[in-house]
Amino acid sequence: MSAQHDERFGAPLRDPSLSPDEKLDVEALLEGLDRYRPRRRGWTWRRRLPAQRLYEFEYHETSEPVARSVPLPAARYFEGIDPQPDCVITTEIASGRPEDDVRRMRMAAWHGADHIMVIRTAGQSHMDGLIEGTPEGVGGTAVTRKQVRLTRRALDLIEDEVGRPIDFHSYVSGVAGPEIAVMFAEEGVNGAHQDPQYNVLYRNINMYRSFVDAAEAKRVMAHVGMLQIDGAHNANATAVRAWKVMPELLVQHAINCAYSEAVGMPRELIALSTVPPDAPPAPCVRMDLPYAIALRDLFRGFKMRAQQNTRYMESDAREATVSHVLNMLISRLTSADIQSTITPDEGRNVPWHYNNVAAVDTAKQALVGMDGLREVVRVDREAPELKARVRELKERAVLFLEAMLRDGGYFAAVEQAYFVDSGEYPETNDDGIVRTSDGGVAAGTIVERAEDYLAPVCAHFGENHLELLDLPESAKPCDAIGGCTLCDDAKVPYIDELDPDDNAAARLAATRELRERGLIKPEVEWTGDGVVVVTMFLPASEQVAKAAALELGRAMNLADCEVIHSRVMHPAEGTLIELKGRLDAAVDPATLVVPEPVAALSDEEIREFVREHGVKAVAATVGEDEHSVGMREIIDIKHGGLEKWGFGVTYLGTSVPVEKVLDAAIEHAAQVVLISTIITHADVHRENMRKLADLAVEKGVRDRLLLIAGGTQVTDEMARECGLDAGFGRGTHGIDVASFIVRAMRERIAGP
Amino acid sequence: MVRPDTYREARAHLAGLSDAELEERFWRLAREVVAPLVELARTHTSPSIERSVLMRMGVDSVTAQAIVAECVTRGLLPHGAGHVVLVCMRAWGCDAPEAARRLAAGEGWEVVAAKWEDSR
Repeated sequence: MSAQHDERFGAPLRDPSLSPDEKLDVEALLEGLDRYRPRRRGWTWRRRLPAQRLYEFEYHETSEPVARSVPLPAARYFEGIDPQPDCVITTEIASGRPEDDVRRMRMAAWHGADHIMVIRTAGQSHMDGLIEGTPEGVGGTAVTRKQVRLTRRALDLIEDEVGRPIDFHSYVSGVAGPEIAVMFAEEGVNGAHQDPQYNVLYRNINMYRSFVDAAEAKRVMAHVGMLQIDGAHNANATAVRAWKVMPELLVQHAINCAYSEAVGMPRELIALSTVPPDAPPAPCVRMDLPYAIALRDLFRGFKMRAQQNTRYMESDAREATVSHVLNMLISRLTSADIQSTITPDEGRNVPWHYNNVAAVDTAKQALVGMDGLREVVRVDREAPELKARVRELKERAVLFLEAMLRDGGYFAAVEQAYFVDSGEYPETNDDGIVRTSDGGVAAGTIVERAEDYLAPVCAHFGENHLELLDLPESAKPCDAIGGCTLCDDAKVPYIDELDPDDNAAARLAATRELRERGLIKPEVEWTGDGVVVVTMFLPASEQVAKAAALELGRAMNLADCEVIHSRVMHPAEGTLIELKGRLDAAVDPATLVVPEPVAALSDEEIREFVREHGVKAVAATVGEDEHSVGMREIIDIKHGGLEKWGFGVTYLGTSVPVEKVLDAAIEHAAQVVLISTIITHADVHRENMRKLADLAVEKGVRDRLLLIAGGTQVTDEMARECGLDAGFGRGTHGIDVASFIVRAMRERIAGP
Repeated sequence: MVRPDTYREARAHLAGLSDAELEERFWRLAREVVAPLVELARTHTSPSIERSVLMRMGVDSVTAQAIVAECVTRGLLPHGAGHVVLVCMRAWGCDAPEAARRLAAGEGWEVVAAKWEDSR
């Protein structure tokens, strides 16, 4: 399915396209939402390409390229390519303020996310009905019709900008599941979590109510082709020993899958949310792989949404990232239709802007790096330990199901604490979650349908005495009322705001000055929140370091300081601290002197100048430095270096004394001297640069020579300070150096 | 109940099954577990389901909330909230949102009461 207008909808509100150098105009997007209609319904997969050539590489597990993106940092060595993995990549964005969420969605989409999941505000699952408007959420965003329209409208613009459809996703759970499902269906939400077991176990919603509601919600979702993701991964995130719940996880997936299919949801719309249960220091890949295989054996034809582990996540973003990469090794060794991401800061706060991006980059980097891994590394299904374990997990799951049936079925099993027990079934530790059939939120609220029960609408599940309506045989149920909202989009009602103070427009008004004056203030979640993080090493024990950090934060004029991460380097020698604080300062860009980037000259222009003037250069790595890679990149024709435009370059080698470089320049009648140097603690690099400049003056050749230094940490400013003409640092290409040489020589020819 | 790992003994009857047979058994059991749940859903309804029916009839969430609450109070939910609104649409010759608005404002419940004498 492509991103085109659905004929069932009326003329949509058209927005001007987004320009990459302009910010999303959220205030404008909030206007006219009563007329906004989504342009498609249902889920969209990436278009997989079995073979794709990008730069000098061939990929076997990628998808169609995007039009605009931010590639991985190392892409600068590979002509900026940004291969997109074959699977959909998810990011979860829910700051509590939909007007801020949409900006972060745009950033995530540019890094490769095409599945945006909005976590709901705390307590929404216990609200018996829909929320309307845009009230601020806590730990998530209030999911409402207006919030959904704003988000979908912004995503329309963003998907046009990046050139790939973006799936929007939230939760059809809680006590208002059927209503949310209908609202999502009407508003073009593309996917949702739906699993009645989640309600029962983690939200303590009455079990009868959860399953009765789920059937209706699933039917509605299937009607519009929404993708369903189940909730089994929560057992893994909750259990005391996550690796012990594997048999139960298989059972939970099976219950939701079998239930979904029984109420009319096609298998291709059913995705399993599966997490590798373990993390290092457990030998997690060897422990989790049999589970991943058993799951994929049992659930053929269903979709796999590979989630990342959160069970053992704490405040260390580096540790979380490594665990997540190991999770993706399992995705690549088995399969994943959707690769979900967890932000590396989720263990310490509601995710921040750049951590969504970090997580998406981690997924893209790992998946592309492991492209085609299964072609060369195959899981040995016959290895005795693996084979036995796969079989064992399946058998344990079968034993679980047999026992449930023996003990009176699903509801009885929940009452007997079958689920989220820390024992590996049939082992039990009596620490599972207990719910009673007459307890929980909304207990006693389901009623038996009467003999004249009637619901004159489409996508309704269960007994429905439509024969009472005397409709013709070919009629749809909603013909009795002249069409339902799923058939006639014009009938969808809209409520704007119910609370005059707690809404997006009121919050935006509070930060309007920042936007109008274009002021720059740091933020991690919300416009102008002012939050910054300072990373510091303190030579003190952990407890002392934490206290010292707070004091240092105050000295830096930060408000509301909080240590968000600490890691002992050595009990006595010191501690790494990440300190969060609020900086109430903003910068007016009009007061800044921002250097304009110098545009490179065209190939032809350079080539012509070099031909005309016969430009020659000598190049060397100076001092006690054996590195030559950087210099070769700038010189060699093969890397697009100076030789490409006809420069005559004499390369003198590594660890060349400065005197020798200059002598060679004179001998070869070169106009350009290129030296490469690494930064040393003893400032030898500066000495070498100065020495080159001074010697050139001494020998009376300074005016005839362009002296240029390069190196990963060299800056133009540093080189000029040392008396050279230019310095080039990390990320420099041959074209940059060539353009500088041509411009500088032209100036010299033109005279002062 | 605390129970040690009895897997070795408990699996005896599964040992002779092929992988395909084991998988087949897994799914047969899963479908057996959900069958009564599906039947419960088929024959029951809830306030949320009924509000979702009204929404599909073009009724906004606030109005749907009020009508379903009144249906619960009057014991009318087993007939379907959509059915209640449909009865009024026909009695008044109006569309569903209009009938719902009037019902939510307290009008017309006598029409409904007349149809279902068992209501409270």
